[in-house]
Amino acid sequence: MMLLEMASSGFGHRVAIGSRDGSGMTYQDLYDQSGRASDYLQQRNVEHVSFFDESSPALPVSLFAAAWAGLPFVPLNYRLSNVDTYSLFERITPTFTISDGAELENIISGVDGVQSTAWHLFLTDSAEGAIPEPTWNMDPDEIAVLLFTSGTTGDPKAAVLRHSHLVSYILGSVEFMGSDEDEATLVSVPPYHVAGIAAMCSSIYAGRRIVQLPFFDAYEWIDLAIKEEVTHAMVVPTMLSRIVEELEKNPSHKPDTLRAISYGGGKMPRPVIEKALELFPATNFVNAYGLTETSSTISVLGPEDHRIAVESSDPEVRKRLASAGKPLPSLEVSIRDEDSNEVDPGVSGEIWVRGEQVSGEYLGHGKRLTGDGWFPTNDGGSLDSEGYLFVEGRIDDIIIRGGENISPGEIEDVLLQHPNIRDAAAVGMADTEWGEIIVAVVVLSDPDFFSEPEILGFSKEHLRSSRTPEKIIMLDELPYNETGKLLRRVLKDGLVNQDNSEG
Amino acid sequence: MEIRAGSRLKSAVCNTEVIAVKAPGEDMDIRCGGVPMLDPSDTGEEGGKPDAAAADGTQMGKRYVDSNETIELLCTKPGDGSLGIGDALLAIKESKPLPASD
Repeated sequence: MMLLEMASSGFGHRVAIGSRDGSGMTYQDLYDQSGRASDYLQQRNVEHVSFFDESSPALPVSLFAAAWAGLPFVPLNYRLSNVDTYSLFERITPTFTISDGAELENIISGVDGVQSTAWHLFLTDSAEGAIPEPTWNMDPDEIAVLLFTSGTTGDPKAAVLRHSHLVSYILGSVEFMGSDEDEATLVSVPPYHVAGIAAMCSSIYAGRRIVQLPFFDAYEWIDLAIKEEVTHAMVVPTMLSRIVEELEKNPSHKPDTLRAISYGGGKMPRPVIEKALELFPATNFVNAYGLTETSSTISVLGPEDHRIAVESSDPEVRKRLASAGKPLPSLEVSIRDEDSNEVDPGVSGEIWVRGEQVSGEYLGHGKRLTGDGWFPTNDGGSLDSEGYLFVEGRIDDIIIRGGENISPGEIEDVLLQHPNIRDAAAVGMADTEWGEIIVAVVVLSDPDFFSEPEILGFSKEHLRSSRTPEKIIMLDELPYNETGKLLRRVLKDGLVNQDNSEG
Repeated sequence: MEIRAGSRLKSAVCNTEVIAVKAPGEDMDIRCGGVPMLDPSDTGEEGGKPDAAAADGTQMGKRYVDSNETIELLCTKPGDGSLGIGDALLAIKESKPLPASD
């Protein structure tokens, strides 16, 4: 709330969200509306403010109104199954939720203590009355946001982000009013993704106008970027890949105002980023790595790093194009082995992170931090000699073949260099002799030219024999969730079923 | 006054307002314009002028730290006075701007 108060007093006349054609909301409007909405929310006598909807101007209003009212803000995934949605709502009652339509009422009928309103009604209903005195609680240990993580096993856990975590993140990474007045950021990640929440806070503190794309579609993204003269955007890898494909189909329909594109939220296939750098030669590319539990970004590969890596002839430097860059100055990153000892540069281990923005806490489960404040991320990775962080993916995804730990990412990077391979995933499949064997699943640019022996031969040329896939399977698409995370479990289960039906 | 993270203070002699983003949770003699700062709810005597030795002013959105960074104050409203602990002035915490990442 403090962030918005500063924005409204520092540059209240600027457009905070929406179009500059007069329909947008200024920082002063946003502040006033959040104040009135906080009164409205307090009268509901609820314990959580939830958001079960696509992005809209009601997102920043309800986010800040919840903070003003001293209530945790809970953005929910509106694409879950009915059963999962039901059980999430059961966990957050009594709640006021912003949701579009009668559908939710059917899904959650039987859950007591849910009041819901469509986003535009929320904005009009809460627009009346006086703006309350700025008497919000300044306790930094109050819960700001609860985010249900997309757990692949068991019930989703609710990551707890307190005001101190989010404010530390913003102060540590964003310059107050650091944006020029003509800057605009295109937000296409959904509200229940940590980047969606972080984007609201960062953009407002920087004074950068927010343009929302509620439902990602490559053509719409490009179109909105042109219309709104968008200068900044954050995308997940699948979005960038679709944008690149769209621009190849229709090269003349291209935004020319983009100064910076940041990407994160999953592994970026190298051909996609190389193509994007070519298509947007004047745009700065930023790769960010972060987690829900760390209030978003913890390391950044900046524009200069991208350029140096692309132009360098040193393989060590070139490789950094696939890295997550360097940790933010406001936090520490350490790579640990299985006994929690720090390993040398170049050696893989688990990524640990420590800093004021790191929460590592789940509702009802307490903090998952070590005694001295480190959060083990469950991501594997390594740091190179100059401190660039390489992320190898979830430790659970590591393939153990004949006792050797193999990171799928290493195999995927090699496969993606094959001219006909558009996307690739390496997974471990149970094997009586080796424990697990490596199976590579590939998506081809031209499926007519699929040859398993040829791809196996290509892998052998570039990988140690113990890391060469035993089998290559071709699919039309790999399964991703809507925020661009490869669903390895779904992929593996599919392969197992296929195997059984074949056998 | 006991200062902890989240504490707000206002200047007695100018428009400056700050919030402590880092503080040891101890009694501290925080001043602005050379005069002890007040609780924002304090409606006591205001007015006067910053001491000439502490009149370089504060800038909105800047973070001010002491030499060993035990305390960090974020300026939420700018004014004419300079921040200090006792007679020692606080300095702006320099930070290299980072590229926007979300």
